[in-house]
Amino acid sequence: MNGKQPPETGAFFARDRTWHAPALTPAYKTSVLRSPQKALLSLDGTISEITGPVFGHSILGAQDDDLIHNFASPGESAIGSRIIVHGRVLDERGKGVAGALVEIWQANAGGRYRHKKEGYIAALDPNFGGCGRTITDVHGYYRFRTVQPGPYPWPNGPNDWRPAHIHFSIFGHGFAQRLITQMYFQHDPMIWKCPIVSTIPDRAAIEQLVAALDMNNTIPMDARAYSFDIVLRGRRSTLFENRKEGN
Amino acid sequence: MAQSHVLKESPSQTAGPYVHIGLTPNFAEISGVYPHDLGATMITGDAAGEHINLCLRVLDGMDEPMRDALVEIWQADNAGVYNSPSETRGQADPHFTGWGRKAADPQSGEFHFATIKPGRAPHPDGRPMAPHISVWIVARGINIGLHTRVYFADEEQANTEDPVLARIEHRKRVQTLMAIRKGDTYSLDIHLQGKRETVFFDI
Repeated sequence: MNGKQPPETGAFFARDRTWHAPALTPAYKTSVLRSPQKALLSLDGTISEITGPVFGHSILGAQDDDLIHNFASPGESAIGSRIIVHGRVLDERGKGVAGALVEIWQANAGGRYRHKKEGYIAALDPNFGGCGRTITDVHGYYRFRTVQPGPYPWPNGPNDWRPAHIHFSIFGHGFAQRLITQMYFQHDPMIWKCPIVSTIPDRAAIEQLVAALDMNNTIPMDARAYSFDIVLRGRRSTLFENRKEGN
Repeated sequence: MAQSHVLKESPSQTAGPYVHIGLTPNFAEISGVYPHDLGATMITGDAAGEHINLCLRVLDGMDEPMRDALVEIWQADNAGVYNSPSETRGQADPHFTGWGRKAADPQSGEFHFATIKPGRAPHPDGRPMAPHISVWIVARGINIGLHTRVYFADEEQANTEDPVLARIEHRKRVQTLMAIRKGDTYSLDIHLQGKRETVFFDI
């Protein structure tokens, strides 16, 4: 934490569950046996959800945000189209979330994950591990260097492919803000054929997960840039916590 | 100042089958990137309170343990205080992070956390909540992370007074949140579906 802003202690805005995928999405077959069938019990935020752990920059290594090099042998680098992925972590009020832990993981440029259960025939890259992390600055800004992941087939329908994507895990300031999502790439036709993408009911919500090509932040002769903002839940002010007219 | 939603929350997507690459890479045999997996150690020194083991399993609709899931827990310290900047009631135990993250044991499907039995923290209405641990579950097939709580079956009086448990309409379902003690280990099976489906929260 930078310590410049006083910590916020209000409860989070209610989650708009219609904006997210429902638990049961039969076209994504694994959800069928992994979706709760009973109604969720709604709770207004208690101290248990309003609070959350904070991660200091001391946990970060020098190459944690550089997937091209953080698993590579000395002097080597990962194979693939070099990209910068950057943006801001905001909350629903449009405020930058400072000190948010952003963790990412992805397949290599050929669409292959470094995982023992991965069965795709595409080759492993000996210089690519596939994980990275960073912490947002005082404005909520983050930045990674990586290679563009490839699309890959997966056993769901007879011929389903995942669009190229990067998994994002974001830790804001409260346990209720915890979020995992995926980033897709602008103009990828595979986005609109994917049963996992299609679990999200609203096209505008899906488009929120599509990173835009950002030529202004491209590094000439090195890496293209994609910009991707992430929005976490906002929270109420605590000024009038116990006064109904306050909020 | 009036507050409004000017932006929509980014929609959740499943953590997928390879969540361990990103969140517990050392467990996933991607070594050398991070010195250790975040959340692997909750007790960092001489933490006050009763040291316990929490053993969870997450079971799918066929009662099979989900070995590819990832669980995070978040809890108060022995005095009921959270180790968080948003905690306004005092300083938490400096030797206890309150936050843990684990992959399932590949054979048993069990999630093991070495932790502290939490103290009681107040509900917003002022009444004390019973000791509990917040749980967040992600996995392939789960489109949005599931929030639930672990309570302690041997805290009968506190559980009776707990304002959150009191909101569970079907009283039989209260048992789905109760970890059972054996020695210094509390165990609980979290059922995603079926007659024993765990109470999950929209928090």
